[in-house]
Amino acid sequence: MWKRDEAVKPTTGPSILPTGPAVQSQPSSTSASSAEARQQIGRDVVNIGKSVVIKGELNGSEDLTIEGQVEGKIELKDHVLTIGANGKIKAHVFAKSLIVLGEVNGNVTASEKVEIRDGGSVDGDIVSPRVAIAEGAHFRGSVDMQRKSGQQAPGQQPRPATQPAPPAQTAVQIAQPVAR
Amino acid sequence: MAFSDLFARLRKDEDDADAGADSPAQPTKALARFLAGLGTRPQPVLLDLGPVVGSNVTFFGEEVGCKILVEDLSKDIDRHVHQAKVDALPAFFDTRFPQESDTIDGILCWDIFDYLERAAAERLARQLTRMLRPDGVLLAFFSTADPRSAIRPTYTRHVVIDRAHLQYRPYKAARAKQRPLLNRDIQRLLEPLRITENVLLKTNLREVLFRKPAAASVAPSAAPQAGR
Repeated sequence: MWKRDEAVKPTTGPSILPTGPAVQSQPSSTSASSAEARQQIGRDVVNIGKSVVIKGELNGSEDLTIEGQVEGKIELKDHVLTIGANGKIKAHVFAKSLIVLGEVNGNVTASEKVEIRDGGSVDGDIVSPRVAIAEGAHFRGSVDMQRKSGQQAPGQQPRPATQPAPPAQTAVQIAQPVAR
Repeated sequence: MAFSDLFARLRKDEDDADAGADSPAQPTKALARFLAGLGTRPQPVLLDLGPVVGSNVTFFGEEVGCKILVEDLSKDIDRHVHQAKVDALPAFFDTRFPQESDTIDGILCWDIFDYLERAAAERLARQLTRMLRPDGVLLAFFSTADPRSAIRPTYTRHVVIDRAHLQYRPYKAARAKQRPLLNRDIQRLLEPLRITENVLLKTNLREVLFRKPAAASVAPSAAPQAGR
C-alpha cells in the first residue's frame, strides 16, 4: 500500500490542480488527491512532494512549495513560489516572488522578488525588480530589474530554455505511489 | 564532533579557497569611468564574464539600471582543463556567445584574459569586439606579476563595494594565470577598440578601459563562426 500523503501533500487548498482538459494519471490516485485537496481549503501553503512529476501548466492562487518535478509553465502571479532543494523545474515561471533552493531551467518573471539561495540553480532569464543571489548559488542567464513583469523589450527574445508542453496535453504523473 | 565531520569541514575549507569574504576593499580607478560610459543609455546591456555575484547583480541592476547577462567563463576554462581539452578553447569561444553583433553596451572581463593563452585570448577578444555596440565600453584587468609566484591557482571573484572600490575574493581554479601581456599586446588584442584608461595599481594589477569607436562596427567576416 502506498501512502497518499507522500505523493501530493496538499497541506492546503485545491489550487495546484493542473489546468487543461486532459489529465492522464492513475485515475484513483489523482481523483483522491484532488478530492482531498478540495477538502482542505483554508490553509495557505501547498506542497508538491518530491515524488510528483507534473507536465503541463500549473496555475495557483496561493503560495506553493515544489519539491518534485514540473515541466511546462507555472503561474502563481500573486503568490510566493518556493522551489525546494529537491525541486527540478523546466518551465517558464510567473510568480509574485520566487525562492529557489533547487533547480530551475527556464525563464522567470516575478513582480516582486527572485531569491536564489545557496545551492539553488537557475538557468534562464530573470525579469524582476529585485533579485538576490546567494554565494554558492548557480545562475546563468540575464537579469532585468527594470521593466515591469511580463513586458518584453522590443527586439529581445527570451532564452529558449524549455519547451513547455501545450496546455491541452496537460498530464499529471504521480511517479512513485502507484498502487499495484 | 565526529572525525568524519571534522575532515569534511576541512576538505570544504580547502576546496572553497574562498576566504576573501573579509578581505579589504581595493581601490579601482577604471570602474567609475566604465559606469560613466554605460550611463549614456537608458537601460544598458551589461555582459559579465565573471562568476555570478549577488551583490554585483543588485548594484548593476538597481543602482546603474543595467540588464545583466552573466556568462561565467571561468567555469568553461575549468571544464576544458578537467577534460584535457584546453587546445579546444579558441574554437569554443567562436561559438560561445549567442548574442548578436553590436548589442552589448558594456563588458566586464575582469581578469579572464590572464588565464588564456594567446590564441584563445584573441578568439575571445574577437567575439567581445563583435558584440560590443559602437561607443560601448569594455573593462579588463591584466596582471603584471609573474604568475609562477602563485602557489595554488585561483580565480578572483570581483565584488563591487562602490564605484571606487572592489573586493577581491579568490577561489580555487583549475588553471593558473598565464604569462602577463605587455601593454602593446593588450592594445593589439582588442583592436579596433581604443584604450581610454590604463591604470597600473599598487597591487600590480593593470586596469584597462576600452571603448569601441563609433564607426568601428566589426566586419561581417568576424561575426560568429558557428560550425567552423
